Amino acid sequence: MKLEIKDLKAQIDGTPILNGVDLTVEEGRIHALMGPNGSGKSTLANVLFGHPSYEVTGGEVLVDGQNILEMETHERAQLGLFLAFQYPVEVPGVTVGRFLKRASEIVRGEDQVKGAGFIKELRKNLEFMGMDQGFINRYLNDGFSGGEKKRMEILQMLTLKPRFAVLDETDSGLDIDALRIVANGLNRMRGPEFGAVVITHYQRILDYIKPDYVHIMYGGRIITSGGKELVETLEAQGYEWLRKEYGIELDEEEEAAYEHGSEAR
Amino acid sequence: MSTEVKPVDIGEYKYGFHYPDRSVYKTQKGLTEQVVHEISDHKEEPEWMREFRLKSLQAFWMKPMPNWGADLSELNFDEITYYARPTDRQSRNWDDVPQEIKETYERLGIPEAEQKYLAGVGAQYDSEMVYHNIHKELEDKGVIFSDPETAVREHPELVKKFFGTVIPPSDNKFAALNSAVWSGGSFVYVPPGVKVDIPLQAYFRINSESFGQFERTLIIADRDSFVHYVEGCTAPVYATDSLHSAVVEIVALEGARVRYTTIQNWSSDVYNLVTKRGVAYDNATVEWVDGNLGSKRTMKYPSVWLMGDGAHGEILSIAFGGKGQEQDTGAKCVHTASNTSSVITSKSISKDGGTASYRGQIKVEPGLENVKSHVECDALILDPNSKSNTYPYMDIQSDDVSIEHEARVSKISAEQLFYLMSRGLDEAEASLMIVNGFLDPLVKELPMEYAVELNRLIELEMEGSVG
Ligand SMILES: Nc1ncnc2c1ncn2[C@@H]1O[C@H](COP(=O)(O)OP(=O)(O)OP(=O)(O)O)[C@@H](O)[C@H]1O
Ligand SMILES: [Mg+2]
Repeated sequence: MKLEIKDLKAQIDGTPILNGVDLTVEEGRIHALMGPNGSGKSTLANVLFGHPSYEVTGGEVLVDGQNILEMETHERAQLGLFLAFQYPVEVPGVTVGRFLKRASEIVRGEDQVKGAGFIKELRKNLEFMGMDQGFINRYLNDGFSGGEKKRMEILQMLTLKPRFAVLDETDSGLDIDALRIVANGLNRMRGPEFGAVVITHYQRILDYIKPDYVHIMYGGRIITSGGKELVETLEAQGYEWLRKEYGIELDEEEEAAYEHGSEAR
Repeated sequence: MSTEVKPVDIGEYKYGFHYPDRSVYKTQKGLTEQVVHEISDHKEEPEWMREFRLKSLQAFWMKPMPNWGADLSELNFDEITYYARPTDRQSRNWDDVPQEIKETYERLGIPEAEQKYLAGVGAQYDSEMVYHNIHKELEDKGVIFSDPETAVREHPELVKKFFGTVIPPSDNKFAALNSAVWSGGSFVYVPPGVKVDIPLQAYFRINSESFGQFERTLIIADRDSFVHYVEGCTAPVYATDSLHSAVVEIVALEGARVRYTTIQNWSSDVYNLVTKRGVAYDNATVEWVDGNLGSKRTMKYPSVWLMGDGAHGEILSIAFGGKGQEQDTGAKCVHTASNTSSVITSKSISKDGGTASYRGQIKVEPGLENVKSHVECDALILDPNSKSNTYPYMDIQSDDVSIEHEARVSKISAEQLFYLMSRGLDEAEASLMIVNGFLDPLVKELPMEYAVELNRLIELEMEGSVG
């Protein structure tokens, strides 16, 4: 699957957030997406999946040449796209097992997830994620700890077997073991028919994942792309370096976002 | 035989069909003493019951309409037929039930359910029970399951002792109305120590137009016995309003346990104004599971009087207020003895401009020790036009009381929908999953068959509601 984002612009409540994003992900490749707080990374993820709060004001998103921006969220999922949420949502009363069975039926096809085989697979995936089997009968994300929610996202990815995934800060808030498990989860999916964008603030997960490309987002644009060396420079010098290096002129709003970003670091 | 059956549209009320009105006897519209006499004559009742009815009629006329709860201003007592006799006899065999009536119950799945998982079935069509049957072994153990008319004839001592004692006619206007014109319903007696471990079910069907159904149910569970009684209701869709005003009395003697489950699914032109109350003596338990779907207006607050040491009361209430509907439901527990406990769980859903209100009361009389009560009500509002209200009342007159009350109102959030849809579910299925999830903790309490039935009804209510 090839994903092409071309000059994508989007706003929320009349505020422009994405100001022309260009990014192409070929299958078999893993891209890391970094950038200060508020630069628009989650917005990009949400827009890719058709979140109703965002309005696309320009550009296109092509999956194997087909524009998906007119599609409904569930249709995008059915194409094989998956989003690991930065803030997974609690759905009380819906058990993990029942939910994943149904979602798998939809995105993988009913014949793929029949009866006992599916439960076995789910159990294995839980084990792989270092999660207790009891999670099958727990309500989805309801009362989960922060780290458990993140693991649950990866468990869902392993179970739903998407062709393309966006992981939005799945590594934030994880202990060291969980971090490795999450990275292993992604590495397990890795292959010639799977592509991903991994949004993160930290080098650590990238050490495990070894992305093929690294992109930096800033003010709703991807301002530079490169390899692993980009991450190292960032870790060493922070986003201040970017401004100097790329001579970015910040307008007031961007200034605010930037300030916000450096505080949070 | 000509049957004018309306086509059933998927996604609409599924039980809206009706057969021609072939009542063998009907009183004229409106309520007079004459109507009460006619009902009593038809039933060839003893004089004491006729007097009970006439006194109740006076009480009905005296009592004001409730000035709270659902809007009843369009309810016109003069437009209603108070008694309609569908057939001249009651059967123990479905083959003896008149063809169209039998077909009705077949379409409702009753004979099939009876075969599969019920210990006994009563089926009421308009004013009379047309079918009544109970497993032979239970009968041999002395369990009585009949219509109340039969009980008046065959067990007058039991009926006289308890009838109208749990809910006196003067309790409220609709209890008085029922007491005046009651017809059909169930009488259940479970002897000491007998456990009826599969449910008895009564099914109430309205067929006639502008009709009032006033069934009367009395359940007596003798010492240490157990019974689970299930009530289901449906009606055709007409352009005019009908009235369903039942009275249900439960007596749980020492150590007995009674569970009463209602899955009500009235059509959208039925006023459903029902009084349900149980008394629990020493160490007895009364449980109400009350699922209210459909109807135009419902006012129903199943209650438990905890009158003996160690008694327990439990009420689970589910209400679904859809388009044009007002579900004013809730629960009431009155503690009059020490070491008693009550649990009330209410879940309501409102959608398409409907209203679902929880109205509940906990009362603890003075001088009691170790009384516990837990009330939890959750409301889910599906769209901005729909409403949910909570009216909890507490009247606590003892000190040694532990009361917990939790109330939550939630909306289906755009984030929840987005999350589920990002996993491939379309909007309708995602909403249904959230609604089912909301009800899940309650539905889990139901026996399998009823949980399935309830889920199916919710699904029908939800269909066509989204985009
Ligand atoms: N309703 C809104 N109105 C105006 N601005 C909004 C609204 N919602 C989000 N934003 C802004 O959009 C910007 C981009 O947010 P986004 O969540 O995409 O950032 P991010 O790059 O994912 O940041 P982080 O690293 O903190 O997760 C932020 O400045 C945020 O405040
Ligand atoms: Mg973000």
